[in-house]
This record gives sequence, C-alpha cells and structure tokens, in this order.
Amino acid sequence: MENFLLTISLFLGLLILLSLYRGIFGPTVFDRIVGVGFVGSKALSLLILMGMLYNRIDMFVDIALAYSLLVFISTLVFAKHFQKRGALS
Amino acid sequence: MTLAASLFIVAGTFFFFTGVVGILRFPDFFSRMHATGKGDTLGSVFMLAGLALYNLDGGFTVANILVSIKLMLIGVFWFLANPTATHALLRAAFDSGLMPWTKSGDAVIDWPPRPGEEG
Repeated sequence: MENFLLTISLFLGLLILLSLYRGIFGPTVFDRIVGVGFVGSKALSLLILMGMLYNRIDMFVDIALAYSLLVFISTLVFAKHFQKRGALS
Repeated sequence: MTLAASLFIVAGTFFFFTGVVGILRFPDFFSRMHATGKGDTLGSVFMLAGLALYNLDGGFTVANILVSIKLMLIGVFWFLANPTATHALLRAAFDSGLMPWTKSGDAVIDWPPRPGEEG
C-alpha cells in the first residue's frame, strides 16, 4: 500500500508540473489564475498523501484544512482584483 | 476497506488527469474552466473520501475517526467552495470583456450591449 500511495503522489506531481504550463504561458491573466488554482487543489491532495506516507496524518490534516481555505480565498481575491471593464481585448 | 479506498483514490486521480488534459488542450478560457471546474471538484472529493476510508484502516479509535471526520469536512468545504470560486472567476473574466472562442471568429453575443439597443 505504501508503494501505491507513492505512485499516486508521483503521478500527482507530474500533473502539477503539466498544469503549471498554463500558469506560466497562459494567454490572459485569468488563464494564469486557473492554472495556479488547479495546482493548489492538487497540492491539497498531495499534502494528505504525504501525511499518510510519513504517518503524521493528524498534523497534516490541519495544514490541509488551512491550505484549502487559502486557495479558495486567494482565487476569489485575484478574480476581484483583476476584474476591470474592457481591460482585455 | 483498503480495496475500496484504492478504487476511490484511482478515480480521483483519473478525474484530475482529465482536468489537466482539458486545461492543456481546450482553445479558450471558458472551455478550460469547464474542464477544470468539474474535474477538480469531483477528483478532490473522490480523493478525500478514499483517503478517509484508508485512514480508518488502522482501527476505529477516537483519533482515527476524528482525522477521518476532518478529511470529510475538507471534502464538503471543497465541494461548496470550488464551484463558487469558478463562478466568481468566470464572472470577472466575462465582465472584463473576454469573449468565448468560435471557429469562425464571430462573436457569440453582442456584448456589451450598444446604447439604445438595451432592453
């Protein structure tokens, strides 16, 4: 089961690298926000998988709870901040 | 219980993978949000449910049940928060004047409405 969790973690890391492409090369600023939010939501699952692998799940679950709040609030704040009428196109 | 947890975790990884394919391959912002908004939410909820089941594998002690309840709480919060964030981001992009992509390049709707044609 350890090997299974490690494989899933490595695959999630690969997916994070792939979706970081949209965060770097996104044509508009909103594409970058989507890419960064997507990385954040997969890092949330990766945190709990790391807690399972290190046998410290009781500590990592609190970090994951705070991190999910942080990702949600940051997406909302970015969306509000970059909302300007006619800023694009 | 380990088998069910593995199935949930693999399902979550599959939905994450479809979200990544969508975010890399779709042509414009709105269709990318279509892929990530759904694949992300369902993948996270599957993954957290699978991990909560796997955590209960060590025995039904108070500490294990508390950690599993916290994991399910993160899942419920994510199931509410991620569609809200998606909707706010889409609304901000549409109000900023980003138009959906079409093959011919024509605008889908007339936006913003010209003065005199409203209503």
